[in-house]
Amino acid sequence: MARKARAAARHNASGFMVPELYRVVKAWRETHDSFSLELAPADGSPVMRFLPGQFNMIYLFGVGEAPISISGDPAGKTLVHTIREVGSVTRRMAKLKEGDTVGIRGPFGTDWPMDAARGNDIVVVAGGIAFAPVRPIIYSVFNERAKYGKLAVLYGARTPGDLLYEKEAKCWRSHEDTEVLMTVDRALPGWSGNVGVVTTLIGRSKSGNDFDPYNTVAMVCGPELMMRFTVRELIKHGVPESRIWISLERNMKCGIGLCGHCQMQSHFICKDGPVFRHDRIRDIVNRREL
Amino acid sequence: MEKNEIEAILKGHPFFEGLDAGQLSAIADCATDSQYETGQFIFKEGQPSEHFFLIRSGGVALEIFVPGKGPIILQTIHENSILGWSWLVPPYKKQYDAQAVKPVKALKFDGKKVRGLCEKDPKLGCTLLMKFSEIMSERLWATRIQIMDIYGKES
Repeated sequence: MARKARAAARHNASGFMVPELYRVVKAWRETHDSFSLELAPADGSPVMRFLPGQFNMIYLFGVGEAPISISGDPAGKTLVHTIREVGSVTRRMAKLKEGDTVGIRGPFGTDWPMDAARGNDIVVVAGGIAFAPVRPIIYSVFNERAKYGKLAVLYGARTPGDLLYEKEAKCWRSHEDTEVLMTVDRALPGWSGNVGVVTTLIGRSKSGNDFDPYNTVAMVCGPELMMRFTVRELIKHGVPESRIWISLERNMKCGIGLCGHCQMQSHFICKDGPVFRHDRIRDIVNRREL
Repeated sequence: MEKNEIEAILKGHPFFEGLDAGQLSAIADCATDSQYETGQFIFKEGQPSEHFFLIRSGGVALEIFVPGKGPIILQTIHENSILGWSWLVPPYKKQYDAQAVKPVKALKFDGKKVRGLCEKDPKLGCTLLMKFSEIMSERLWATRIQIMDIYGKES
């Protein structure tokens, strides 16, 4: 709650629509089509506080604005975003270098249920670039490791070259009660890791890591098709639907539920989401007309 | 490995759940212990399909050779998984290459003997067919998802 209050305070101070100036501290490639930016306030003030799962609107002056999940440590002194080059704004962002400036509005949206997850096992399932918005969950667990049960991180990507945060994952694996499994959809011989859809890791984790489904909070982020099948698989392995959370992505523009670009029936993804409990959004997310 | 050890493994494995003691004993008679080093082929595409495997530890890559491209890994199979179903359906030929990507310990079942058991005991045959159908269905589904390229930029 204290962090929520801090985040709100930041909002009130800056206003929702006024970007704050942030300086690029460091920029680096993650994969052939994704990169990370480490940012700090240009005026030297403390970095904004955020909660795992929230996003910022990053404004590249003269080019445009894009909603980007925060992928860094909520307790960190800088702000980290991992971005995939998919459109004109993100392609230009990929060219940013140390010392360049961007505008930031945020943080926006709902957060992963870290408070509700305390005392429970946690299963994080991510696909593709959506490993970025779940990484703050992992940092938060490690920041207060004793407060959580077992942690399973299950991650799927297209090819071995598309896997994010591989080096970091090796460190995560060394933590007690922590399992990190990665898989790819396609690979060439010589790859000794997993090949297969990410949902196959749930069964493996269930038997290997032995998470307790009734005392598990599952947090899922990725393409909607992947999330749909992941939710089914989690339920099949005994995780109650009310303990499964997903993060949705829509065409977010204003970030505060005014413009309606990201509206799904009565929900504004930017304001009421992007993180939703699955049983509360199931009927909407699976509706073909929306 | 002694028969009673094999029976104990089968009894504790979910794939063989629902089989009675006599059926488990008969299937255990069809199984032998087998091991493969990393890089060793367990079987190759086009070979007669005479066995299936219960992977006890290690990892196996299912590969297909694509002319002009070389081999591509379609899926990896891990501990506690069943490998191989083409022994069950004519023409009993292996559809893919299977190569150990980690040292593998497995139980190797004689498919011809198991088919014989199924003919003698239709209830056993029906149970096994349903269990293998479940595996085939899951792998078909997984392959479809992989083909859809859900992590691609157009998805």
